[in-house]
Amino acid sequence: MNKILLKDLSFYFEGKKVLNSVNLEVLKNEILAIIGPAGSGKTTLLRLINRLEDATYNTKKEGDIFVDDKDIYSVDINVPELRRRIGMVFAQPVPLPRSIYENIIYGPRLAGIIYKKKLDELVEHSLRQAFLWDEVKDRLNQSALSLSGGQKQRLCIARTLALQPEVILLDEPCSSLDPISTAKIEEAMLRLKEKYTIIIVTNNTKQAARVADKVAFLLMGELIEYGQSRQVFTIPVDKRTDDYITGRFG
Amino acid sequence: MNREKLIEKTFFLIACSALFLLALITVFIFKEGIGIFLKIGFAKFIFSPDWAPSQKQFGLFSMIMGSVWITIGALIIGVPLSLSVSIFLAEFCPKKIARILKPAIELLAGIPSVVYGFIGVVILAPLIREYLGGPGLSVLAGSMVLAIMILPTVISISLDALHAVPKSYLEGSLALGATRWQSVYMVIIPAARSGIIASVILGMGRAVGETMAVIMVSGNAVRIPHSILEPVRTLTSNIALELGYATGMHREALFGTGMVLFVIIMILNTAAYVFTKRKVRK
Amino acid sequence: MSINQNIIEKIVKIFLWIFTIITIFILFYIVGFILKNGIGGLSKEFFMEFPKSMGREGGIFPIIIGTILLTLAAVFIAGPLGIGTAVYLTEYTRENRITQMIRFGADCLAGIPSIVFGLFGFVLFVIKLKMGWSIISGGLTLSIMILPTIIRTSEEAIKAVPKPLREVSYSLGGTKWQTIVFIVIPQALPGILTGIILSIGRCVGETAAVIFTAGSSLRLPNSLFDSVRTMSVHFYILSREGISLKNAYATASVLIISIGMINFLSYWIMHRFIRRIEGK
Ligand SMILES: Nc1ncnc2c1ncn2[C@@H]1O[C@H](COP(=O)(O)OP(=O)(O)OP(=O)(O)O)[C@@H](O)[C@H]1O
Ligand SMILES: [Mg+2]
Repeated sequence: MNKILLKDLSFYFEGKKVLNSVNLEVLKNEILAIIGPAGSGKTTLLRLINRLEDATYNTKKEGDIFVDDKDIYSVDINVPELRRRIGMVFAQPVPLPRSIYENIIYGPRLAGIIYKKKLDELVEHSLRQAFLWDEVKDRLNQSALSLSGGQKQRLCIARTLALQPEVILLDEPCSSLDPISTAKIEEAMLRLKEKYTIIIVTNNTKQAARVADKVAFLLMGELIEYGQSRQVFTIPVDKRTDDYITGRFG
Repeated sequence: MNREKLIEKTFFLIACSALFLLALITVFIFKEGIGIFLKIGFAKFIFSPDWAPSQKQFGLFSMIMGSVWITIGALIIGVPLSLSVSIFLAEFCPKKIARILKPAIELLAGIPSVVYGFIGVVILAPLIREYLGGPGLSVLAGSMVLAIMILPTVISISLDALHAVPKSYLEGSLALGATRWQSVYMVIIPAARSGIIASVILGMGRAVGETMAVIMVSGNAVRIPHSILEPVRTLTSNIALELGYATGMHREALFGTGMVLFVIIMILNTAAYVFTKRKVRK
Repeated sequence: MSINQNIIEKIVKIFLWIFTIITIFILFYIVGFILKNGIGGLSKEFFMEFPKSMGREGGIFPIIIGTILLTLAAVFIAGPLGIGTAVYLTEYTRENRITQMIRFGADCLAGIPSIVFGLFGFVLFVIKLKMGWSIISGGLTLSIMILPTIIRTSEEAIKAVPKPLREVSYSLGGTKWQTIVFIVIPQALPGILTGIILSIGRCVGETAAVIFTAGSSLRLPNSLFDSVRTMSVHFYILSREGISLKNAYATASVLIISIGMINFLSYWIMHRFIRRIEGK
């Protein structure tokens, strides 16, 4: 059963086409990795699933996005609620300028959870899931800005997990991290897969090969290749995919 | 969702408050003031120099000339001073000194106008009386005080304009062998011209609109001045001096004065707006 | 030629220095002159006592209270309007006709001379709406006067809040309103405060608009509908009517010291704000 379905999805910024009729499906409890060179529309694609481009002016969207077979751009969608179901982690970790604890409970509290005990539980649980708990459990009330880059990124993941979403969108979560932090995040992802559906954008093809079930290759807004990750990385159908993976690109 | 729409509508209404209040003031002033124009006649109200409310004589010309004299005087003294300071701050001043000077100039902007007026009365006026003659409270005293009062306005706006000129302009000019002053004079100032003009226009607006300081230092005599040592009354002083006890037609005449003042300020503001817009388009 | 240019350069620099020094000298002279003559008159009694015989003797206690109350009234009216306007301009709409008109309106409002506000407030609030010379008449008048400042500074402050912070809030299920309340306003608060503090400075220093709307009563007000006298008005009356030069100087000193503190406070907050925005 597919969790997310993109149907002929095109997107324009100020008349410039950045996504060209993309068709893609993600199954439940599956990890899809989107790879592709800079500017190929990966981030835009994720943001569209989270309806984050709604507020950008001069844009146009064609085609549809379905989550659980429901068009998420239809008028009866409650957007904040949708965003709670579909968590998004940005490429740049942006902690809110508050304590670690406050960062995590920001979303749940907006959703109406007010019991301290429940919030405490959520904080611990999501921090554990993001492999951050042991490092920060003694300083939950310190400013999140004091964390290291890798910790910040895991905090952002934990913050998203605290929403108890169904889908997690990760935009290059490891782009600015050292190998150890990266390994931690990958480990977290593989663990999370049991409960969530994950789309991860990454420029690291090895990482994609390590964690993903399926891989999609985007190039200049076009979906060039899509398939089981083993197949895409070993016998890609399209020559351009092969070029990109083997680093012979451009 | 509905709630969000409601919130947006509320914010929109709030955002209209400035426009609404502007309209309210404009309409109110005009409604209260238009009567005098109709009763006396536009030309007579503006161009007659006789103002004698007890004899139902309402002519603004002396006050208009008073405002003109004092404002021009303030610009002649204040503009070179302010522009020098802003050019100095923008282009020649060591950063450390600029960091002290800017708050000092802001403090200058914060000093209440009554304090400026007071200084004019106790320091400037006696000096003028002693060394130049006349009663001391005069066009000159008013202009000097206003010159100081417009400094912060002109400095801060022209400084913004100078800062907005891309660094590369200066570097390009210096690279061609021009000295710093040559570059500033030939490249930076022309590039910042419209902003500088806007700063002068807005300074002019402040000078025209200033009241308390002018009342205190310029003597307030209703007559067209023939020299800068004579006392004058400005449009603003005219309102402030008589508003407390004016009724009927007299009050209408004060609103008429307010109308004239209002129109002058709007013209100046629009002019400044046009100049700043031009800068943006470039 | 080149030597010539060097001389010109030197002369220009000297002139710029001289003009700048003149400006700063004027500032220090004014401040110094007032303080020199006034600081001797400051005492605990001057702050805590009621004025006697029109202010010839005694202190300025009710005047300080009046100044504070009037300023608070103005800020309480203009603050929400100004911040709300800024929020609308930055969060709810992009540049278009309407925002341009609103900005132009605010600019025009900022340019209106204070005596015109006085004229307007006097006849509308004091006379026509029968509010009399009162805190409320004065507060309403002053609030219109400071509205543009609050709009401008709040707008700048809100614009400086990084877009990613807003997006984080949205992505965590925040509505626009929640994002404004929990993220945007708290982040912009120091900048907004700076604007409000500057507006307080304007209210404290204003005379023309206040004297005709809040009046010049020397009594402590009992309600919003009582007249008060602010420090600027008091100073004006004392010096203009030659009541007491000594108390005039002392009042002016209090005024100048307050303005100095207000400026310093806004500067300090702004400085920290900028550091925070640039720092992290
Ligand atoms: N807000 C915007 N306004 C205009 N153009 C935009 C905007 N956001 C993205 N674009 C353009 O859309 C295209 C796709 O951008 P996107 O950020 O989705 O690429 P990406 O694949 O995520 O790249 P990277 O690997 O560098 O993150 C780019 O050409 C970019 O310039
Ligand atoms: Mg990207």
